[in-house]
Amino acid sequence: MLVERARAAGATAADALVAESDGLEVGVRMGEVEKLRRARERRAGLRVFVGASTAVVSTADLSPAGLAELAGDACALARATAPDEHGGLPDRGDLATDQPELTLYDAACETLSPPDALARAREAEAAALAADPAITNSEGAEFGGGGGQVAYASSLGFAGAFSSSTFSLSVVPVAARDGAMQRDSWWTVDRALARLDAPADVGREAARRTLRRLGARRVPTCECPVVFDPDMAASLLRSLAGAISGPALYRRASILLGRLGETIAAAGVTVVDDPLRPGGLASRPFDGEGVASKKRTIVERGVLASYLLDSYSARRLGLKPTGHAARGAGDAPTVAPTNFYLEPGPHTPADIIKSVPRGLYLTEMIGFGVNLVTGDYSRGAAGLWIENGELTHAVEEVTIAGNLLDMWQGITMVGNDLKFRGAVAAPTIKIERLMLAGA
Amino acid sequence: MPAVDPTRFFLERFGLSTTGLDRVLGTAVARRADFADCYFEFRITQTASLEDGVVKKATRSVRQGVGVRVLADAQTGYAYSDEITLERLELAARTAHYIAEQRSETAALPVPGAPAAPHDLYAVTPAPIETPLADQIALLGRLDAVARAADPAITSVFAGVGIEHKVVLIATSGGLVVGDVRPLIHLSVTCIAERNGNRQQGSFGGGGRFAFGMLGDGRAERFAREAARQALTNLDAVPAPAGTMTVVLGPGWPGILLHEAIGHGLEGDFNRKRTSAFTDRLGTRVASELCTVVDDGTIANRRGSLNVDDEGTPTGRTVLIENGILRGYLQDRLNASLMKMPVTGNGRRESFAHIPMPRMTNTFMLSGQDAPEDILRSVDRGLYAVSFGGGQVDITNGKFVFSASEAYLIEGGKVGRPVKGATLIGNGPDVLTRISRVGNDLALDDGIGTCGKDGQSVPVGVGLPTVRIDGLTVGGTQA
Repeated sequence: MLVERARAAGATAADALVAESDGLEVGVRMGEVEKLRRARERRAGLRVFVGASTAVVSTADLSPAGLAELAGDACALARATAPDEHGGLPDRGDLATDQPELTLYDAACETLSPPDALARAREAEAAALAADPAITNSEGAEFGGGGGQVAYASSLGFAGAFSSSTFSLSVVPVAARDGAMQRDSWWTVDRALARLDAPADVGREAARRTLRRLGARRVPTCECPVVFDPDMAASLLRSLAGAISGPALYRRASILLGRLGETIAAAGVTVVDDPLRPGGLASRPFDGEGVASKKRTIVERGVLASYLLDSYSARRLGLKPTGHAARGAGDAPTVAPTNFYLEPGPHTPADIIKSVPRGLYLTEMIGFGVNLVTGDYSRGAAGLWIENGELTHAVEEVTIAGNLLDMWQGITMVGNDLKFRGAVAAPTIKIERLMLAGA
Repeated sequence: MPAVDPTRFFLERFGLSTTGLDRVLGTAVARRADFADCYFEFRITQTASLEDGVVKKATRSVRQGVGVRVLADAQTGYAYSDEITLERLELAARTAHYIAEQRSETAALPVPGAPAAPHDLYAVTPAPIETPLADQIALLGRLDAVARAADPAITSVFAGVGIEHKVVLIATSGGLVVGDVRPLIHLSVTCIAERNGNRQQGSFGGGGRFAFGMLGDGRAERFAREAARQALTNLDAVPAPAGTMTVVLGPGWPGILLHEAIGHGLEGDFNRKRTSAFTDRLGTRVASELCTVVDDGTIANRRGSLNVDDEGTPTGRTVLIENGILRGYLQDRLNASLMKMPVTGNGRRESFAHIPMPRMTNTFMLSGQDAPEDILRSVDRGLYAVSFGGGQVDITNGKFVFSASEAYLIEGGKVGRPVKGATLIGNGPDVLTRISRVGNDLALDDGIGTCGKDGQSVPVGVGLPTVRIDGLTVGGTQA
């Protein structure tokens, strides 16, 4: 209907997205209810093309008058912008022809009640607080659940819709010893309520991670091997996804520009993107422009096999779209990975740690020191020091630095512990040499 | 958009009445709750972006909605909807009130602070959102030309303008009804420079709560020249050093140091919960006596300024550190009343969909005595950092980082070769005690800061004079 209104307002092509969601989020702290938040959102987004010119508009005002105004605004904006020969909807041949059921929706989100949600958060936090007398405080535990629907249609005749839900539970305990405090966290997130980790397990794991940070100190500046725990390894994958995303490439703002088909990582590195993974946190039957979803190998044994492209960046680069248009109601399509993971390797995490004479087991990074144009990488780091293959004391207030290309190529061991705890996932990895700056 | 009275704007647009609103607040605060408020928001955001020398993309979005909040002790009930109708409001009020039903008795909390008059810091006509798209496109075109003219090595220029027009109305169970109309302009320029296969990026930008015409006074062109200069400078960058050394920070945006190192740690919520590295440190020394740091939301036309915060409290100027001694926290209503401290006008939220929290506004250090040249001359070997990307802090252990995007080696008191970007890491309660020189050149940033906390983003400002820090860890690659 929105697409028709756009055409009536003068658009030669258009696509529209309507998203609605409902959610409940609760927080407890030190056993007491801290917050309860109920959300309800509905938004409509419209992209129009007037000839080769385009504009994107969105509104939460879904009244007939609001929608008519939206279509008029969009066409007026488009007429003011310069034409772009690469613009336009995807080619018809790239559109999804079937919409597989991916089990993304759990109706439990409709009946989630505050007492149930609060009980889960309470149980998780209580388990963390009970784990050790050194756990003296807490930033609290949060439980959230919600669901919604996204509908997409374009003037190519494509129409599709799917529902999805998300449930999550997180705990942030605080431990104190000798006047110094540390916090860490643990969480579980899933499309299905029943598949979440048990609240007490989440709380205990959060406590374990927090306790092991007590007594943290700096280590002297040195070059050393760094073992990335699975969440930290996933962060390196996010940098990879950023560097192979279409807009970074056609803007010449990526270290991986022109590297398709070349070796960019160690032979043990195979990276896959799978938008069709059943129940996956980033799964969807079609992308933000209606392009078919397909499982792809992105890096095959170290060789860069595919970029991540929407239809616009694909045309700019003279390539085919890969179905990676990501779209919120309010924005033009951007590019994002879906379920993006590093294939597991042969090593147990314990063996990887054992292989390190002196180095860092990295469990947290802070800051934004990643330059995708040059690959320069420098971030705040915390973790545990490895001495003769054994984890010893906690480490804090140091940085690790290198270059992403050297880092991907320096992955000498890949763990066998891949677990999907988010859309981007990786097992434990070891990078042979990084510069660590400390005392 | 003509100047509007926010109260009339919302009541008329959504067919509400003041009696209806009173009834909603009555439902929300009924019986066991301490306080309730409604936060109405209407926001138009327009963007135009340039690449390949022309503006090919424009967006416009309209957001509107209302959030109803109920407070009972340390508990917050919140419900929001982007449909603004009396039915939705009543439903939201009943949902948010759930929190109070869990409570056995009422311990009426003191209502902090007498209501004061809101400021008038950014009454701008015509409203920036009224700026014709053609004018925005023309400005972006000029920036493209300025950046490309800097050097043939500049191969790509991206420039964007974003204009926001936000109208808010806060109505509380205490009878306060206060609105605010908040314009916000943001301009950014990114350049890619390429030479002999070496590719580097430079970014610069700024903005604030002022008229679009204010960008035309040469300010916008300066942003473009700076972005180009930074990209060109980085073409010559050598690897940054690794290890602990003397660091001199330039004036202005490097004030992000204060935001990360101490600002977050002084927010009321973390101190009430005793999870901040600054817990119980009021009145103690946390910086060298050269340091006085304030948070000031009352500076006209600044990006971080507000007439009233998002709870309706007029913003203020809060002294956080006075001659090295910790003096104050930043408070919202909930944390101020629980800590029995005054509200400071720092209760902010990203939108109607979010619960207010204590947040910074414009956070800066006052000028000292030294000439910036003398400070640089005093350093035999170290790092001079003048521009930064983002930063982050772990509130609980106090460790913070911020990432230099333009920095130079200091050798023998002179500014030497540019170095590649590197993250600097330090300890919040300790870093300011290492400040040995403070320049006489306080500058506020150009209006580019956005602060993220607990998933909420709000515009902020920072400022700093040139300072010398004796010992900060630089995360380079060169041993």
